[in-house]
Amino acid sequence: MTTTKVIVGLGSCGIAAGAGKTYEKIKALKDSENLGFELKKTSCVGMCYREPLVEIIDETGSYLYGDVDEARAIEVIQKHINQHEPVKDYIVYTDLFPAAESDYMDSQVKIVLRNCGYMDPESIEEYELREGYKAIRKIADEKIMHEAVIRTILDSGLRGRGGGGFPTGLKWKLAYGNKSEEKYVICNADEGDPGAFMDRSILEGDPHAVLEGMIIAAYAIEATGGVIYCRAEYPLAIKRLNIALDQARKKGYLGKNIFGIAGFHFDIYIKEGAGAFVCGEETALMASIEGERGMPRKRPPFPAASGLWKKPTNINNVETYANVPWIILNGATAYAKYGTEKSKGTKVFALAGKVKRSGLVEVPMGMTLKDVIFKLGGGIKNDKRFKAVQMGGPSGGCIPEFLAHTIVDYDSVTATGAIMGSGGMVVMDETTCMVDVAKFFLDFTQKESCGKCTFCRIGTKRMLEILDRITKGEGKAGDIEKLEELSHQIKENSLCGLGQTAPNPVLTTLKYFRDEYEAHITAKRCPAKVCKPLLTYTVIPENCTGCMVCARNCPSNAITGEKKQVHLIHQELCIKCGACFTKCKFSAILVE
Amino acid sequence: MRISRIYKKHEEEIVAEVDLSRLDHLIEKYRHKKGNVIPLLQGAQEIFGYIPPIVFEKISAECGIKLSDMYGVATFYAQFRLKPVGKLIIKVCHGTACHVQNANEITEAIEEGLKIKDGETTEDGLFTLESVACLGCCSLAPVMMIADQTYGKLTGTEAVKIIKNIRIAESKLN
Ligand SMILES: Cc1cc2nc3c(=O)[nH]c(=O)nc-3n(C[C@H](O)[C@H](O)[C@H](O)COP(=O)(O)O)c2cc1C
Ligand code: SF4
Ligand code: FES
Repeated sequence: MTTTKVIVGLGSCGIAAGAGKTYEKIKALKDSENLGFELKKTSCVGMCYREPLVEIIDETGSYLYGDVDEARAIEVIQKHINQHEPVKDYIVYTDLFPAAESDYMDSQVKIVLRNCGYMDPESIEEYELREGYKAIRKIADEKIMHEAVIRTILDSGLRGRGGGGFPTGLKWKLAYGNKSEEKYVICNADEGDPGAFMDRSILEGDPHAVLEGMIIAAYAIEATGGVIYCRAEYPLAIKRLNIALDQARKKGYLGKNIFGIAGFHFDIYIKEGAGAFVCGEETALMASIEGERGMPRKRPPFPAASGLWKKPTNINNVETYANVPWIILNGATAYAKYGTEKSKGTKVFALAGKVKRSGLVEVPMGMTLKDVIFKLGGGIKNDKRFKAVQMGGPSGGCIPEFLAHTIVDYDSVTATGAIMGSGGMVVMDETTCMVDVAKFFLDFTQKESCGKCTFCRIGTKRMLEILDRITKGEGKAGDIEKLEELSHQIKENSLCGLGQTAPNPVLTTLKYFRDEYEAHITAKRCPAKVCKPLLTYTVIPENCTGCMVCARNCPSNAITGEKKQVHLIHQELCIKCGACFTKCKFSAILVE
Repeated sequence: MRISRIYKKHEEEIVAEVDLSRLDHLIEKYRHKKGNVIPLLQGAQEIFGYIPPIVFEKISAECGIKLSDMYGVATFYAQFRLKPVGKLIIKVCHGTACHVQNANEITEAIEEGLKIKDGETTEDGLFTLESVACLGCCSLAPVMMIADQTYGKLTGTEAVKIIKNIRIAESKLN
């Protein structure tokens, strides 16, 4: 008989939701009652909205329990382990019968996330049990030549997952073609898009897959050194990467003549980012590794010719590398079976915002946005109306509801004015103000501009000022045209992708939500009721009971009225803080 | 562009606070490495919580890196602090997912609760309030991080309560 396993999901999201306490509770129960199961850890399976997650695998099958706080943990252990009775109400997924989240899991195709949530990320043995390091072994055993490895990646159609979508095989081919004693492989783990967490989850859940992908790339292009540039905001990812690196070195998977390939010497170190979005741009990233200010430089020369320390360098994103071992093991055709004509394979998305099931999903390219948001994401929170989805972060745009049939594929998403980006998908509903969203992104890019190009440095600042005025009710005729003109100037006159794409959030919202801008400027109204200076607060006489709570909470004494009498808000004193609206228990405050 | 300025404080005051010998190990480790500016500054900040002017001078003298180069790097990256900070840093996420789910309310509530503005430190030196872009826990938005602990699905009131509890726990430590 196999021993029963109890596995707790301990990714950053799980820990934030209290999985650490759940783990301790189960451990305490196991120790105090001497229970005969094996307690293990894993990372995030992507069902972040159900954290903490606990999986129990016994001789009948696997059961995934959701929302397991300490109280539930006790109940589940007692019933499932002690009495052999699974607690059906809390099971969110199992292969034995349809459960609450079966749709979510079964509509996905897991290639990149093949191991995330299915193994202990701190154990190299578990990775190897799940075909880990088999791809590089296959290359070594079958003596597959550099060109053939590159050919496979080319044929698979894999395109860079960091946002640009450049064919990975082609990039490798260029780097391989440039001969040099010293060459580098870099993994871009800077994940700058605010609202995306795919790379974090991969690094926390399956660090060895990224290392193996880098080792294969290093073999293919004949690199001598590797660097992972990881943002410092991801302490758990860095910790697990360090553990993985140590284990790989001990086993001789990094070092000299690795995997028995004579002359293949390769090691990797981690470089922690220091908090600058622009360092996600490849040339800035390399400047940062070299200890300089992270300023982009002109290309060409491309990194493949002159990259880190002026040596030929291949730089790819975390998710790109995580695909590589699977492709080598299963073949280019198996990978290219998924996807559309020009976008092959799968893509991982971080679903967030106003969506019911917020988490990580991996879908074949070609799925519609609607399916991702409604079938997997479960639709909009509190059954509000779906308004738009933001893709591509500060370089991307907002895709409106009427384009929800757009498929996920590089070209189709680009045609809407947004970009595929790295995989952040922030869902917005009727209570999101699109002008405010545009302002939010501009504020971000304006702060993060490195300052090298005038249009990016000053143009974004001017755009932000205009947007700021509009959201304060001080918009003027001609503002929209000015925004458009500045946008085009910035796009044309910036050196790097940051500046070239910074106006996209404004341009897409202007394209699809122009009426909202106009309402702000002309009617001085915020239709989504977000921009506070544009709102007016009034008392609804029928609902007001004269409880005086609003008057007591108003910081500027703008509300008057006797006890049990209808109150009045004096507009000239109102500072539009919204305190009355939040405090009123009788829905007697009207916001317009 | 981010604009940071160097903090002016009487030199004697800083010299008295800063034990430069704590840097020796760090300097030994990175002295001859290429690309060492960022790790040196990160290490120094880890030791002192921020980077005081005399630390720049010491590293510059020992490692032969130009002062202007070091200031250039330190003012470029958001991570480096040129001013002392509180013992615990409250990082309120203002990434996209948190922004559309009312992150502003969290910051406003904390500002009110602690009587400080974004970027400032409480009088007792316990908390510094900061805004950051995405902590990678967007599914739990809105989110804040204090020390290494992340708190999700917050409301303003809850955020203030969590901070108050930390303050109570901290006062028991002393
Ligand atoms: C402003 C800016 C920020 C970027 N941020 C990232 C990032 O956080 N992560 C990433 O993988 N690529 C980022 N990129 C793209 C990289 O420059 C580069 O194209 C990518 O790392 C290449 O890897 P891939 O081909 O595997 O996508 C960014 C580009 C720009 C212009
Ligand atoms: S476009 Fe902006 S971020 Fe890019 S190099 Fe120019 S100023 Fe720097
Ligand atoms: S947007 Fe707040 S954690 Fe990502």
